[in-house]
Amino acid sequence: MEQLTDNEALLSYTLHVNGHDRAVNDALLSENLLYVLRERLGLRGSKNACEQGECGACSVLIDGRLECACTVLAAGAAGREIVTVEGLTPAGDELSGLQEAFLAEGAVQCGFCTPGLIVSVHDLLERTPDPTELEIREAISGNLCRCTGYGRILAAVKVAQDARHP
Amino acid sequence: MLEGAPQAQLLAGGTDFMVEVNAGLRRPAAVLCLNRIPEIAGWRTDNGHVVLGAALTYTEMLDAALARLVPALSLAARTVGSPQIRNAGTIGGNLATASPAGDTLPVLSALDAEILVVGPGGATRTVPFAELVTGPKRTSLAPGEIICEVRLPARFGTQEFLKVGTRNAMVIAVASVAVVVDWAGRNVRVALGSAGPVMIRATEAEEQAASQIDWDERRLLARAGNLDDFVALVRAASRPIDDHRSTAAYRRHAVGVCAERALRRAVADDALKEDQWSS
Repeated sequence: MEQLTDNEALLSYTLHVNGHDRAVNDALLSENLLYVLRERLGLRGSKNACEQGECGACSVLIDGRLECACTVLAAGAAGREIVTVEGLTPAGDELSGLQEAFLAEGAVQCGFCTPGLIVSVHDLLERTPDPTELEIREAISGNLCRCTGYGRILAAVKVAQDARHP
Repeated sequence: MLEGAPQAQLLAGGTDFMVEVNAGLRRPAAVLCLNRIPEIAGWRTDNGHVVLGAALTYTEMLDAALARLVPALSLAARTVGSPQIRNAGTIGGNLATASPAGDTLPVLSALDAEILVVGPGGATRTVPFAELVTGPKRTSLAPGEIICEVRLPARFGTQEFLKVGTRNAMVIAVASVAVVVDWAGRNVRVALGSAGPVMIRATEAEEQAASQIDWDERRLLARAGNLDDFVALVRAASRPIDDHRSTAAYRRHAVGVCAERALRRAVADDALKEDQWSS
């Protein structure tokens, strides 16, 4: 985003991220939420790949709605409740049940798409606790994975789903 | 606010605008976010019509109650992007971006949508869909004007929407078609998307289709087993281009296939959909 510097307004605002108020100072108006999360707030779980809402690697929850952080104007997200993959993970080195399921089923290879998938699948299971395979496929249709393949990801979702309903 | 900064960029879901910002193509001096204004959120019914707030998202268009009133709108919304995109993108943004591939636009064209626009000082005007979108990514909106509402007829005819792309999700339309069979008015509407600079109403094909329907029996005429003339008129109405997503020749072929399929489904599905509406 280095090219977006001259003549552009600098803004300071507060974002509410993972339950905490986080100050953003002297940011450019054109900065997207993904950039602010990663580069200004140090939350590097959300990944940057396409910057056009195609790949889902930056999926976050905004006021409970799954969105791509890269197509959200960061300044416009002030006053909204933002949850990133870091906010869905226990403190320290522990993993969530969903993350454990991804590891156990071999659904993580290079891992780049995994944070976005974790957020998307979390959103699915919160809204639809017992999804069909079609519902799972539709829920992750905006999350691109180019190495694991979706078979293991689907298996991981089913393991997590069963674990939630023993 | 807009009166103080009439050049401010209006921002709805951001799924188009932020892509251009991220690519360094746009550098807004001021942005007015429209996605939390309660007056343009949600939808309501009004005297036989459905009124959609400009900030209505594609996900909200999938609402079952709305899908019963304007089925083709929900069908089109379901084909947009991914859950992430459908949660962000809005009907107002789809209109204002005015892409030839805008997924809801063939539906708005076929249903002769009316758009309520508010300008500086609060003056409002109602614009027919065909006069709002004037070219690829061009509208007749004046600086400082905002799309507030989209008005559509409720429970109007039997509706279909079909879209062609390389996969079911995350696809910008290569070609799309909305078909509405209006049983009361005994006419057919056929709107083509991604087949020209703006949405195209295939009016000659519409008239030809109407002549192929037995309106009393609510079915295609026996001799209409062959809809070749209809398909030819649909293709003749299209004005597609070659681009990185497809060739003009394929688009012309696709709108014909989709229009025939949609017309056959609309006529065949009519009894079923009438039942759904009466429940």
